Amino acid sequence: MRNRTELPARWRKGVAFAALAVTLLGVLPTALADPTGPAPAFTLAERGGGNLSLTQYKGQVVMLNFWASWCGPCRQEMPLLQDIYKKYGKLGFTLIGVNVEPDSNAANDWLKQTPVSFPIVYDTKSEVSKLYDVEGMPSTVIIDRKGNLRVLHRGYKPGDENGYLNSIRALVRE
Amino acid sequence: MITRCRVLIERSRQAGHAGGSRPRRARCLTLALLASALGIALSGCSPIEPWVKPYEREHFADPIMAFNRDPVSSVYREHVFESREGARGATGGVGGGCGCN
Amino acid sequence: MQLSGLQRRVDAALRRHAGTLLALCLCVAPALAGVLPEDRTDLLYHRYQGGGVTVQGPSLLIQKKLTDNLALTANYYEDMISSASIDVKLAASPYKETRKQKSAGLEYLHGKSTYSAGLINSVEPDYRANTTYYSISQDMFGDLTTFTMTYKRGWDRVFKDGKVNGRIENVPFPEEPGVLNPGAFSQDADHRGYTIGLSQILTRSLIMTFNYEVLTDQGYLQSPYREILFLDPSQALGYSKADQIYPNTRTSNAASVEAKYYLPYRAALSGQYRYFQDTWGIRAHTFELGYTQPLWRRLILDGSVRFYTQNAATFYSDIFPRLNFQNFEARDRELAAFNSYSLGIGASWEFPKPPVPWINRSSFTMRIDHLLIDYKDFRNALLIDPAAGIRPGQEPLYKLNANIFQAFLSVWF
Repeated sequence: MRNRTELPARWRKGVAFAALAVTLLGVLPTALADPTGPAPAFTLAERGGGNLSLTQYKGQVVMLNFWASWCGPCRQEMPLLQDIYKKYGKLGFTLIGVNVEPDSNAANDWLKQTPVSFPIVYDTKSEVSKLYDVEGMPSTVIIDRKGNLRVLHRGYKPGDENGYLNSIRALVRE
Repeated sequence: MITRCRVLIERSRQAGHAGGSRPRRARCLTLALLASALGIALSGCSPIEPWVKPYEREHFADPIMAFNRDPVSSVYREHVFESREGARGATGGVGGGCGCN
Repeated sequence: MQLSGLQRRVDAALRRHAGTLLALCLCVAPALAGVLPEDRTDLLYHRYQGGGVTVQGPSLLIQKKLTDNLALTANYYEDMISSASIDVKLAASPYKETRKQKSAGLEYLHGKSTYSAGLINSVEPDYRANTTYYSISQDMFGDLTTFTMTYKRGWDRVFKDGKVNGRIENVPFPEEPGVLNPGAFSQDADHRGYTIGLSQILTRSLIMTFNYEVLTDQGYLQSPYREILFLDPSQALGYSKADQIYPNTRTSNAASVEAKYYLPYRAALSGQYRYFQDTWGIRAHTFELGYTQPLWRRLILDGSVRFYTQNAATFYSDIFPRLNFQNFEARDRELAAFNSYSLGIGASWEFPKPPVPWINRSSFTMRIDHLLIDYKDFRNALLIDPAAGIRPGQEPLYKLNANIFQAFLSVWF
């Protein structure tokens, strides 16, 4: 009689193979193609009143950061973005925080506790998120002085801000 | 994986089973399909577009939507039931969350 | 104080499964999509009371990120058992003892994959259990899907306690049915578990999880102190006792589906169904519904309803017609046919943010579950009284009422 305490051999091989597949493919780097082409134009309501258009910033290097108050890495990143904004703001660089929440109350509450000085716009209908094909939270897009998309970065892990600084320095010199 | 399947089918054909041993072939093909599906999924070249965008996942970031909001408590509760009842297992809940990074 | 055999069975189950259960939940609970769990610590006081048994104790859980990609989980848990259940009273010896359990695990995040591994060690005077677990979790399809695989392995060492010169000590196992190494001071039991889980976000408000788990046990799977009852007209009460005889192997399969739905006014509704079957002939269904309602900014209320039903193991009987009626014989009520009903409520209060910089958030939670088990073929043998017309096999069916109480403090830092 078959030993009933052991999984059948073929099951174990299948499970082992699947485990190996998952492990190997999880370790492989995923390549992200750098974006090209002109950055889509938009106009959104701004925090503090009024509207903000991307076209206002033509001639400057613009960094768009798509964030939400419910997203842990986004919250972690914000103070670092504030530092970058203060440092490079006078060199023809600007940072715009695009909040993707349909209800802006939670975002405003959070901003009261962790204030930032760069402009915040509200993408309550997710139109701009769709335009920019936001596939991860947070997402950071850097646009050059001519209005073209140059850098796309998804997610945030401590240390990513160095990558942002390198890109900004390079684009500001153009 | 596909090559191995072909080899196995070839071997069983030579051993006299017409068209390859059925259970073995079915098992081979199932595993090959599973591996390919897993490969496609994991490589990121997914033909299926995520229908809930990352910026639409605010509800799943809410702690009330976690399967195990307080692990110290849910583990204990499951432990009490398992020690008084005959059934065990399959009580875990994974996934959800904000989908960040 | 002699340690009763019959109540031991409950504790044996407690021990045996505690490690594996804890393993599964510890490695499964933290795996969120692409993010390690938040740093937190919880201090729990738990108390189970019912059917003459009180089990209480602390549980301390710590979850802390060591680096950006590595998190540590550690837990210390105790069960202080004071037992005078009907099984214990049948053998006329209530007892007290403490079980201590320690566990530690690591979780490593790399891109969309999470790898975890850990160890659990459980010790009490006559049972030692060690478990290790390994788990891989992978996010796919734009993070809407999470696939998890877990493997766990447990090694148990069972001892038998007896009175030696007035003291309780480990004694050698006698020659009796089901004992593989008579004369030895310990017996072994091995466990293996394989779990596959798939979690899928279906809509903006709905998430579902499927889990399939296979568990296999081998070795000495019973407790050293067991007894079955069989009809014996030569006895005043009409029955006699004999040792239980369990099979040396057990394989079980469990499959479950769970869903959680977000209600627009900010509340969560959850439902779960689990099907279980094993090689001992047990088939069980579990249904559970839960509701979570936040109130007034700081309060979260939880409610749950659970229904569980199982049929008896093939070798279970409340009373056998005679001695050595069949190869395997058991009278443990966990293997009986019964329905289990449970109703639970909980409340969690979040404290205002304290001025201490390293505390992010803190809360206090209390929860109580009432448990009712309605046995269909397990009787209260203490009520056997042939003189009053209650013959063995005719005494009333047993009903267990118990309360499961929890109170814990949580601090996120």
